[in-house]
Amino acid sequence: MTSKNKWLSAPYLLWSVVFIIIPLCMIFYYGLTDKTGAFTLDNITAIATMEHAKALRLSILLSLVSTLICFLLAYPLAMILANMKVGQHSFIILIFILPMWMNFLLRTLAWQTLLEKSGVINSILSFFHLPNMNIINTPYAIVLGMVYNFLPFMVLPLYNVLSKMDENVINAAHDLGANGIHTFFRIILPLSVPGIISGITMVFVPALTTFVISTLLGGSKILLIGNIIEQEFTQTSNWNLGSGLSVVLMIFIILNMIISAVFDKDGEGSML
Amino acid sequence: MKKFDLSLAKKALATSALMLLPAALLSGCGSSSDGANGQVIVYNWGEYIDPDAIEMFEEETGIKVIYDEYETNEIMYPKVESGAASYDVVCPSDYMISKMISGDLLAEINFDNIPNAKANIDAQYFEQSKGFDPENKYSVPYCWGTVGILYNKTMVEEPITSWAQLWDEKYADNILMQDSVRDAFMVAEKLNGFSMNTLDPDELEITKNSLIEQKPLVQAYVIDQVRDKMIGGEAAMGVIYSGEAIYTQRENPDLVYVIPDEGTNVWIDSWVILKNAPNKENAEKFIDFMCRPDIALMNFDYITYSTPNKAARELIEDEEIRNSEIAFPDLSQYSNLETFTYLGEEGDTLYNELWKEVKSN
Amino acid sequence: MKNIAKKIYVALIFVFLYAPIATLMVLSFNASKTRSKWGGFTFKWYASLFRNEVILKALYNTLLIAFCSALIATVIGTIACVAMSGMHRRTKAVILGITNIPMLNAEIVTGISLMLLFISFGFKFGLGTILLAHITFNIPYVILSVMPRMKQLNPSTYEAALDLGASELTAFFQVVFPDLLPGVLSGFLMAFTMSLDDFIITHFTKGAGVDTLSTKIYTEVKKGIKPEMYALSTIIFMTVLVLLFLVNFSPSKKSAKDKIE
Repeated sequence: MTSKNKWLSAPYLLWSVVFIIIPLCMIFYYGLTDKTGAFTLDNITAIATMEHAKALRLSILLSLVSTLICFLLAYPLAMILANMKVGQHSFIILIFILPMWMNFLLRTLAWQTLLEKSGVINSILSFFHLPNMNIINTPYAIVLGMVYNFLPFMVLPLYNVLSKMDENVINAAHDLGANGIHTFFRIILPLSVPGIISGITMVFVPALTTFVISTLLGGSKILLIGNIIEQEFTQTSNWNLGSGLSVVLMIFIILNMIISAVFDKDGEGSML
Repeated sequence: MKKFDLSLAKKALATSALMLLPAALLSGCGSSSDGANGQVIVYNWGEYIDPDAIEMFEEETGIKVIYDEYETNEIMYPKVESGAASYDVVCPSDYMISKMISGDLLAEINFDNIPNAKANIDAQYFEQSKGFDPENKYSVPYCWGTVGILYNKTMVEEPITSWAQLWDEKYADNILMQDSVRDAFMVAEKLNGFSMNTLDPDELEITKNSLIEQKPLVQAYVIDQVRDKMIGGEAAMGVIYSGEAIYTQRENPDLVYVIPDEGTNVWIDSWVILKNAPNKENAEKFIDFMCRPDIALMNFDYITYSTPNKAARELIEDEEIRNSEIAFPDLSQYSNLETFTYLGEEGDTLYNELWKEVKSN
Repeated sequence: MKNIAKKIYVALIFVFLYAPIATLMVLSFNASKTRSKWGGFTFKWYASLFRNEVILKALYNTLLIAFCSALIATVIGTIACVAMSGMHRRTKAVILGITNIPMLNAEIVTGISLMLLFISFGFKFGLGTILLAHITFNIPYVILSVMPRMKQLNPSTYEAALDLGASELTAFFQVVFPDLLPGVLSGFLMAFTMSLDDFIITHFTKGAGVDTLSTKIYTEVKKGIKPEMYALSTIIFMTVLVLLFLVNFSPSKKSAKDKIE
C-alpha cells in the first residue's frame, strides 16, 4: 500500500515504546543498580551463585525435556490432523484453545487432584490392583504440567504449517520413487521447519520461566529460576536482584528471537 | 487452503458479548461506588474473617469495605511498602508489625476511637504485644495461636510429641512442612534447642543443615494447603497453625493437634493502620467493630482461630469449645514458648539466603 | 489397522488434554468442601454461585477486561498491520521484533516491568492498569494473525478502487478490510482467550480489592478452592463447548465457499 499509510503506525509505535520499551529499560535499570541506585553488576553475576545456577540448570533441563516431549507428541498429531481433511481448519484450532477457557490455575490444580497419592489416578490403579504412581512433588510432575499446559502452543503452529503444505510436492516425491520415510525426512520435515521453530519457542520460553507449575505440582520442593525471581519480587522485596536475574533470562529470549528470525523469515510458523 | 470460518468467529464474538451481559447485570453496576460514608480498604489474610461481618459493618456504618487478601506476611510487606495499592487496615503478625514500625509504615492508633478494644480484649494479650509494639500504640490483637503438629492417628505408630518426629525416616514422604521462612526455621531451631530468633551464625548453620537433612522426607512445602491435604489423608503429619485444628478435626476426626515438647511459636495477628492510609477514621471504626464481642464471636465461629476477645469467648455456647485445650490452651503448662521478633534487614536477608539454600538443595 | 492406531493416538491426546477439565467438572458436583474427599452428588454450589457476589464481581471484571483489551488490541494491531505493509522490509522487521517481545518474554518479566512502570509514573493500580497490561500482551496475537492475511492481499485491487474514484477510507473498508476480516476475528478471539486465561501479569498489575477470576483463584489455591469456582468454570466451559458444536454441526455448516476452496 502507499507509503502515506506510515503515519498509521503511530498509535502502535507509541504504545510499544511506552508499554514495552520503557518497562524493559526499567528492568535493566533495576538490574544494573543496587539499593542505593549505584551502578553494579552484582545482580547479574548473582546467577553464578550455587542456588541460582542450580535453579537455572534445572529450569533449562526441565523445559528442554518438556519441549522435546511436546514436539514428539505434537508432530504425529499435527500430521494426522492435517491429513484428516477435517472440514474446518478453525474447529481443530478451537479444540486446542478451548481448555484455556477453564482457568490455567484450576487446570494445573486439577492435575494435583489427579496425581496425588490418594488421587484419582492412583484410586483407579488400586482398583485394578496395579502399582501406584508416585510422581506428585517430583520433577516428573512438573514436566507433565509443562507438557500439558504448553502442548497446544506446539500443536497449532505445526498443524498450521503441515496443513498448508502443497500436496503436489509430496506426490512428486513419491512419483520420483521416494519411499515414505525418505519423503518425510527429505521433504515434509524440512518444509515444516518454520512451524517447528515457532512451536519450540512458544513452549520453551514459558516453560523456562514458569513458577506456578513448579509450586503447584512440585510441592515447592523444587526451585526453578522463575520461583526465585518471583520470590525476590514478592517476598524478599529485593527488586534489584529480581531484575538482574530477569535480565539474564532475557538472554535466552533474545537467542530464541534470533533463531526464529533466521529460520522463519516470513513468519509462516504462526499459530493461527 | 482453508479459510478461517467466518461464521464461527462471529459466533465466538457473540458468545463473549452474551456472557458479558448477564455478568454485568448480576454483579450490579453500582457496586464499585463508595458507601454513604466513604470507604475503608482492608488487607487481610486469606479466609480470615466472616464475610457476613463485613456486610454487617457496611450496613451499620454506611462505609464501603474494599477487601483484599494475602497469603504470608512476606507477600504483604512489599505490596504495602511500595505503595502500589493504598490500604487502610492490615492484619500482620507480631514480628512483621515491628518491622513495619521500624520501616515507619504504621500510624498510631487513637484508642479513644476504639472503645471496644480495651473493654473486651484480655489485657494479657496487650501485655504480650509489648514484645513487638512496646507501647501498645500501633496494634490491636485480632487472633492468636500456636504452631504445632497435626497428625493422622491412623497413619502413625506412636503418639506424636516432638518436632524430632518430623525427621523420622519412617514417615518419609508423609510429612508436610510450612513454606515460609520463619515458620520452617522455627521448627528446626526448636528441634536443636535454639531460640527461634537466633542470629548466631553457627546455630543457623546447624539449623539449615537440619532442614536440608529433612528435605528428602518432606512430601511438600505448603502454606494453607496443609489443611486440605491432611483432611484428605495425603500425609501423616504436618506443621500447622492451631487455628486450623478445630476445622480439620471437624472434617476428619482422625486428626490430632499437638504442641511439641521442645516448645513452639506463640503468635498474635493484630490490626494496624497504615501511615499513608487514606481513610484513617473509617479504619478505626472498622477495628472497633471487629472488637465487638458479637462480631468477634462470629469471626471465631467462622475461622476457628483463637480470639483474644474475652467477652466473645464468654459468649461461646458450646462448653467444649469454650474450654477447648486447642482453641484456648493454658500456655503456662508449656515450656520454651517464644514469639517472633523482627531480625532487622540483615537478619532477614540472612534467613532468606539460608532458606533459598535449603529449597534449592 | 493404521487408521485405528491413528485414531487411538488422537483420542489419547484428547484424554490427556481434557482429563483435568473433566476432573474439575466432577468436583463441581462434590458435596464435600475439600477437593480430596467425595461427599456425594450435589447442585448446591451452582445455587450458591449465583449468590456469591465476590465471584460474580471477579467474573464481571474478567470478562470486561478480556473484552475491552481484546477489542482495543484488535483495533491498534490491525491499524499497525496496515501501516507496516507499506514499510521498508528492515523497518518492518524491527517493529515485528519489538512486537514479539511481550509474547516471547517471560510473563513474569513482562508483569514486573509493567508494575515498575506503573509505580514510577504514579498510576493508580486498579482495573485500568490491568487493562493497559492486557492490551500490551494482546496486541502481538492480533498482529500475528492479521499479518499473514495482509501479505496475501493483492495491492492492485486497492489501487484499482482508488483509480475508480473511491476515497482512501472507502477503498480500505470496501476492498481491503473484508479480506483481512478472518484474520482480525481470529486475532480478537485469541486475544480474548489469552486475557481470560492470564494470571501472572494480572497478579503484578492489579490494585487493592480488584480481582479477576485468576487472581481470586490464586488466593483460594492456598486455602482450598471454593467449589463455586468449579461450578462457574464448568458453566463457562460448557457454554463455549455447546456453542462450538452448534456452529460446527448446524445444517448451514458446509457452505459453498468452503467447497470452492
